[in-house]
Amino acid sequence: MTRYIVKRLLLMIPTLLSVAVIIFFLMRIVPGDIVELRFAGESAYAQKENLDKERARLGLDKPIWTQFVTWMGGLLRLDFGTSMWTGAPISEEIRLRFALSLQLAIMATIVAILLAIPLGVIAALRQDTWVDYAVRIMSIAGLATPSFWLGIVFILGLLIIFKWLPPMVYTPFWVNPVQNLAQLIWPALAVGYRYSAVATRMTRSAMLEVLREDYIRTARAKGLWEKLILSRHALKNAMLPVLTVIALEFAFLIGGLVVTEQVFNLNGLGLLFVEAIGHRDYTLTQALVMLVAFVFIFVNFLVDLAYAWLDPRIRFR
Amino acid sequence: MAVGRPVEAVAEIPEVAGRRRWLAVVSEFCRKRPLGAVGAAVVLINVVVGLGANVIAPYDPVATDYGAMLAPPSASHWLGTDAFGRDVLSRIIYGSRTAMLVGFACAFLGATVGAVIGVASAYFAGKVDLILQRVMDIFLAFPLIILALAVVSILGTGIGNVIIAIAIPMIPRAALVTRSSALAIREMPYVDAARAAGFRHRRIILRHMLPNVMAPYLIMLTAYLGQAILAEASLTFLGLGVSEPTPAWGLMLRGAAVQFAETAPWMAIFPGLAISLAVFAFNLFGDSLRDALDPRLRAQ
Amino acid sequence: MTRVRFRTSTLRALIAGVAGVMSMLFTTAGGEAQDKPRYGGELVFVVPTEPASYDAHREGTFALVHPLAPVYSTLLRFDPTDRTGTKVIGDLAESWTVAKDGRTYTFKIRRGVKFHDGSDLTSKDVKASYDKIVNPPADVVSFRKGQYTAVEAIEAPDPSTVIFRLKWPAASMITALASPFNWIYKADILAKDMHWYETHVMGSGPFVFVEHVKGAYWAGKKNPSYWDKGKPYLDSYRALVVKDGNAQVAAVRAERAHIQFRGFTPAERDSIVQALGPKATVQESPWDCVLLVGMNHEKKPWDDKRARKALTLALDRYQGSQALSKIAVVKSVGGVQVPGTPFATPPEELEKLAGYSRDIAKSRAEARRLLKEAGVPDNFSFGLKNRNVPMPYEAVAIWLVDQWRQIGLQARHEFIESTKWEADLREGNYEVAVDTQCSYAVDPDLDLYKFQSMGISGNNYGRYVDKVLDDLYQKQSRALDAEERKKWVRDFERRLVDEEAHYFYTLQWHRIIPHSVKLRGWTVTPSHYLNNQLDTVWLSE
Repeated sequence: MTRYIVKRLLLMIPTLLSVAVIIFFLMRIVPGDIVELRFAGESAYAQKENLDKERARLGLDKPIWTQFVTWMGGLLRLDFGTSMWTGAPISEEIRLRFALSLQLAIMATIVAILLAIPLGVIAALRQDTWVDYAVRIMSIAGLATPSFWLGIVFILGLLIIFKWLPPMVYTPFWVNPVQNLAQLIWPALAVGYRYSAVATRMTRSAMLEVLREDYIRTARAKGLWEKLILSRHALKNAMLPVLTVIALEFAFLIGGLVVTEQVFNLNGLGLLFVEAIGHRDYTLTQALVMLVAFVFIFVNFLVDLAYAWLDPRIRFR
Repeated sequence: MAVGRPVEAVAEIPEVAGRRRWLAVVSEFCRKRPLGAVGAAVVLINVVVGLGANVIAPYDPVATDYGAMLAPPSASHWLGTDAFGRDVLSRIIYGSRTAMLVGFACAFLGATVGAVIGVASAYFAGKVDLILQRVMDIFLAFPLIILALAVVSILGTGIGNVIIAIAIPMIPRAALVTRSSALAIREMPYVDAARAAGFRHRRIILRHMLPNVMAPYLIMLTAYLGQAILAEASLTFLGLGVSEPTPAWGLMLRGAAVQFAETAPWMAIFPGLAISLAVFAFNLFGDSLRDALDPRLRAQ
Repeated sequence: MTRVRFRTSTLRALIAGVAGVMSMLFTTAGGEAQDKPRYGGELVFVVPTEPASYDAHREGTFALVHPLAPVYSTLLRFDPTDRTGTKVIGDLAESWTVAKDGRTYTFKIRRGVKFHDGSDLTSKDVKASYDKIVNPPADVVSFRKGQYTAVEAIEAPDPSTVIFRLKWPAASMITALASPFNWIYKADILAKDMHWYETHVMGSGPFVFVEHVKGAYWAGKKNPSYWDKGKPYLDSYRALVVKDGNAQVAAVRAERAHIQFRGFTPAERDSIVQALGPKATVQESPWDCVLLVGMNHEKKPWDDKRARKALTLALDRYQGSQALSKIAVVKSVGGVQVPGTPFATPPEELEKLAGYSRDIAKSRAEARRLLKEAGVPDNFSFGLKNRNVPMPYEAVAIWLVDQWRQIGLQARHEFIESTKWEADLREGNYEVAVDTQCSYAVDPDLDLYKFQSMGISGNNYGRYVDKVLDDLYQKQSRALDAEERKKWVRDFERRLVDEEAHYFYTLQWHRIIPHSVKLRGWTVTPSHYLNNQLDTVWLSE
């Protein structure tokens, strides 16, 4: 098992390095640079002299290979440098937003699990009855609703019906749990509902698979409850794909909730991401891509580990 | 990083014998899977409306009428008008054309390229497989929004570029799924036999492997259709999709629609419904198709 | 259906109500001043974006002015009670004199003004700050340096005197020295590190900086030793960073914020007024921002002034104003100066310019004739590049595309990301584009600078060289007599938008500020860069 873990960890390195190379060059192919945005626009008096000065200050006038070596060098030392836009260290820019994004991802996952597991199991037990149909319709509706739409409906609903708005500024949970939850529960519900849709469907099909096992089929005469008890052991294995879906979705939530953060006015990584790209803040965008890629790859690694732990054959493949 | 487990052996799909057979299949599908049939019907309506938009729509979707701005639903404008006095119904009808175009093009592109890569990866195995898998991993790890932003920034906005931006992230996901199905088939005796008989790669892949990954391919295709329509709406909402005055559902929900949510709710409600209904129908149909096509594929 | 109708009729009543409130505002402008200001309280306002650095000398965004202007003083400022935003008064300058030849400006600096670190502010600090703006060292960026080309030298002969010596008389000098961006920094700090103010905040204004949590909020508290005794009235202020437009409206509606100083759309105004009723009030003003149509003179057929002129002739600006003002932040029909301001062309004279005629049928016939003459085929199709900001860029573009359709032109609207739009315009990678300009004060120098020949102006995206236009710019810029200057401005305008049709204006932006009635002592101006020092602002019970 240790050998397997080490092997998988080593495999992460070339993937991450490739992501680093691609994002570096991709950002430079995208037209426009940070200086362009900063010194033009609605205010007059943009001058070429200023553009050149700023490019020199940010090192953008250096040959691309020099820039590349600087970035890769920093990366290997895990030093991401400073944001081109604000001049502040990138670690600081990310730290400010990470707590919120992580907490929201965890809360949305909890909401999703609380919805998905019971609903999926019930739907499978009552396959092809109205209960099953209702659950499926509800979960598909979750997939079919644009997330920005759901968010806007939430906000407008709170505003119009209760004349109330969630807190505007993030307060860490340990400082004031009530304030914190009052702000984050709404986006967590909106995201969690959508996210539960996939998990519900996975749970349902996993459960159906288990129910087809012979020993359970023979117990058909028995009641639902007994069926559930009987399938308990089999269910553990069958839940692996459900776990996979939940884990991958979790990885996506860190940095992927652009629209939700915008609609709910959350100071999270998703919005920072879009702004960084919009500003052509190369250093910050690159660091964020590396962070998101790392989270994704690492979560995948954990999922694979879970598979390997349950199914020893995989280890020797 | 392969998600999803190896699939059990898939039997060859029997040769189809004539049109009558198809009718029987369709009627059985409707009877056994009423939800799926409803979904299929809505999809069909969407496609027809999209194709026949110029005949069906009561107004020119881009013609402004400053005398009828923000008009509520009435006999002359069934679903009301928007902030420029454009007919909401006509814009939804033409928007269906945009949505179907984006949906089908993305899903086809994403699923097909993905399937080809997946099958090739499984068939050639060894180094080819390893390299392709690594490349797919890299693409998977890349945040979707970055890919979309990059494509749109480099190529510019417009329907064609939006399609590319949405289809690219679908490819590695489709490749993963087809690869695991194809791997299972590769071990089948008849593929070995074909190789032993000295058939060329292309023939083996086309004649033997492709038909067998048809089921997962079709399932992905329908799943991606809905996703693509939603993705297009979200990109447009962020200002990265198609541009005004092109009639598109995502555009109709942007900006003014939200501002007028209380005073002219028809502007936001109807396009929102159109998106949800279309995506809902595609998913409903896709789900049932999956159940019908292959209970052995439930691991996906 | 009936219910829907009912709601629209209440909306109409509401709009009428808003109009009523506004007309009252216009007629009883002095009414507010009679109230006795109340001390205390925290003002909360919303800022839609965030600046890159804290140094206003190198930034051009309101997102820095709104949260930090209360912390700083400037040499001169615009009178906070003047609705036109053109009347200049002293801030650090107690008084000033201008020599007869118009080339020497002498300012008396207030004594007893202290920086927030306790040190005295003297003429040395004013000189150091202006030296940084006018003649920055090689590695320092001064955003508006081009506005001070007339300045030859800045002298500080004694602690309370600053002298600006000019190379030539400059009509806009006083306006330029009242720029809301020209914060006075401490000379000793600048001497040590010219970049210190990019990441630190320390001024002499009515409020002391407390903190800025990136992406979340800015906070400031009352400066007890502010030179203007009795001010400020507020105990503190807080600026919430809220990027989404709907979330901004929600914040004001739910009374989480008193105001957003940049501006809301008509629909947003209505929803706030409807939700808050008598707890809200609205101030409106023409806005010194415009959307321009830029035509790339290096691409055919836009090298031909007949084709360019056809584009402006096709626009029914008066109908557009009426319709778009209901849904977007644009309203007045104007030329190169905000209507109603000292150098603006009066409406009846404006109507003589191409595209401003009341007879739209005649204009469009003329447009078609010009297109034919220029050899532009029917149904000619061209790209219209636009910035992907919904308000008002998208709304105006939809209108433009529709207007051009009516003279048989097909514009392909391309809504692109701001940075790419910026880059494309600068590099001339476009055919026709929606361009924009905002100034911090209504002033011909500021508003016309952009249109000078490529090479002189850094953002003349039309890519033309017109010596006559440059000459007119210089003449108006150096005309000390207001009447003479008016004439040159008028000539410049005619040449720019009519004779040569290098660039043309769509509609003037319109600034709409709905806010809590509790907020008092604040007056809307045509610029969202002005009037943010908050020293005169107070909160009623």
